[in-house]
Amino acid sequence: MAYPTNYKYTKEHEWISVTDTTGTIGITDYAQQSLGDIVFVELPKPGAELKAAARFGTVESVKAVSELYAPVSGTVTEVNPELASSPEKINADAHSAWMLKVTLKDPAELKGLLSAQDYEKYVAEEGGH
Amino acid sequence: MSLTAEATTPTLRKTALNPVHRQMGAKMVDFGGWDMPVEYRGSASRSGGLIAEHLAVRTAVGVFDVSHMGDIHLRGPQALAAVQHISMNDAARLATGQAHYSALLYPQGTFVDDVIVHKLADNDYLLVINAGTREKDVNWVRDNVRGFDVRGEDCGDDYTQLAIQGPRAQNLLAKLTDADLAAIKNYWFTHGTVCGLKDVLIARTGYTGEDGFEIYVPPDEATSARVWNEVLEAGREFGILPCGLGARNTLRLESKMALYGHEISESITVWEAGLDRFCKMEKGDFIGRAALEKQKQQGITRTLVGLETIERGIARDGYKVWDEAGREVGYVTSGSYAPFLKKNIALAYVPPPLAAIDTPLQVEIRSQGVKAKVVPTPFYKRQKK
Repeated sequence: MAYPTNYKYTKEHEWISVTDTTGTIGITDYAQQSLGDIVFVELPKPGAELKAAARFGTVESVKAVSELYAPVSGTVTEVNPELASSPEKINADAHSAWMLKVTLKDPAELKGLLSAQDYEKYVAEEGGH
Repeated sequence: MSLTAEATTPTLRKTALNPVHRQMGAKMVDFGGWDMPVEYRGSASRSGGLIAEHLAVRTAVGVFDVSHMGDIHLRGPQALAAVQHISMNDAARLATGQAHYSALLYPQGTFVDDVIVHKLADNDYLLVINAGTREKDVNWVRDNVRGFDVRGEDCGDDYTQLAIQGPRAQNLLAKLTDADLAAIKNYWFTHGTVCGLKDVLIARTGYTGEDGFEIYVPPDEATSARVWNEVLEAGREFGILPCGLGARNTLRLESKMALYGHEISESITVWEAGLDRFCKMEKGDFIGRAALEKQKQQGITRTLVGLETIERGIARDGYKVWDEAGREVGYVTSGSYAPFLKKNIALAYVPPPLAAIDTPLQVEIRSQGVKAKVVPTPFYKRQKK
């Protein structure tokens, strides 16, 4: 799987794509494969504050509940309206099915995230499937 | 997000089809100490995943490896008496070739396990038991049939057991056997040649709420793989999918079938679980009867109901149930998104006064009360032709 090289990644399998001070956040293809059919996503509302590494929501497959962790700190500006009714879009294309847009509080936090190459290496070690 | 690790430890037991599941790219999980497929991955040529597998069983046909389940064979001059002693249903009502759902009970009237009892011949019974309770059940049966002239055998390792389930199950199996499948009524069985193997037990039983068959073939890897592949090949024209334990659970939940450790357990009685119709108090004494008689007089303080969440949220195993005022009144035994019904359903224990259909309740999901209501069960019932 090719992980977009212009995205940054967390060890908790979230991705973030940044333009100026706006970050777009989702979960990776590895995450959606591991979860299986996604049937429910719980996300914060616009205006909510995210704190880097803190839990901001939940994604559920039929079998499991998984927490979502913020890659960065910031304020939620937009939430993807499609995911409430069609969470399976994440399975179809995890790197396009964005969950949130945030205004970054501290762009320096991005330095601590993984590049596509490092993330790919990381899941190869962790995964084994 | 956190993901559960997929690695399985080397001490897990494996069925004969384990290499086949892995080679097909199944996601494996530890189920009661067994390395089992939870779902299969789709590919370019075959859809896959829990939801696709569940829908295949409801609309076409699916095949499950259920070889991890156990089997106890009881035969001898007092086999019927022995079965009557340990099993709550009335085995005297079984004809040769007939099976029924029952349970082994503790003296308190609670569950050792649920079981399918098959009458193979006079004084000759096969009990099919759960994978997670195999050792416990074998020991329990051995200890409790001691006073009877009967020989008990643990033959769980003697079979590869496949469940072929769905409206096209009979069409599929008819291609592989000479047995007259149309003549086998629900919960009856026969023996016949399947995939060239003689004397295979073919039972019209299952755990999905659909029509289907369970076949018991020799347990060696080569035969098991051959039969599995022939079933998949025969099912290709019907859209068969190999199905894992994930779909097995969502299918049985939609059909309101109990899962040991959830709806039934060693701390839950027959009346609480609502399995009255499988418990024949009038047949005579059996282990647990006295306690059940007593509880019948006293009444039960909790009863199993079906729930549906009416606000966004999935009720899951172990979640607390609240009344409208937010007081904790019970808990969810099994809960999930239901792939065929496309709703979030659950089974739960609540006090009898809150068991009426449409009673408003709440399920505690991540510290919030999510509105739910009591609904009729089974949630899904197949159309009888």
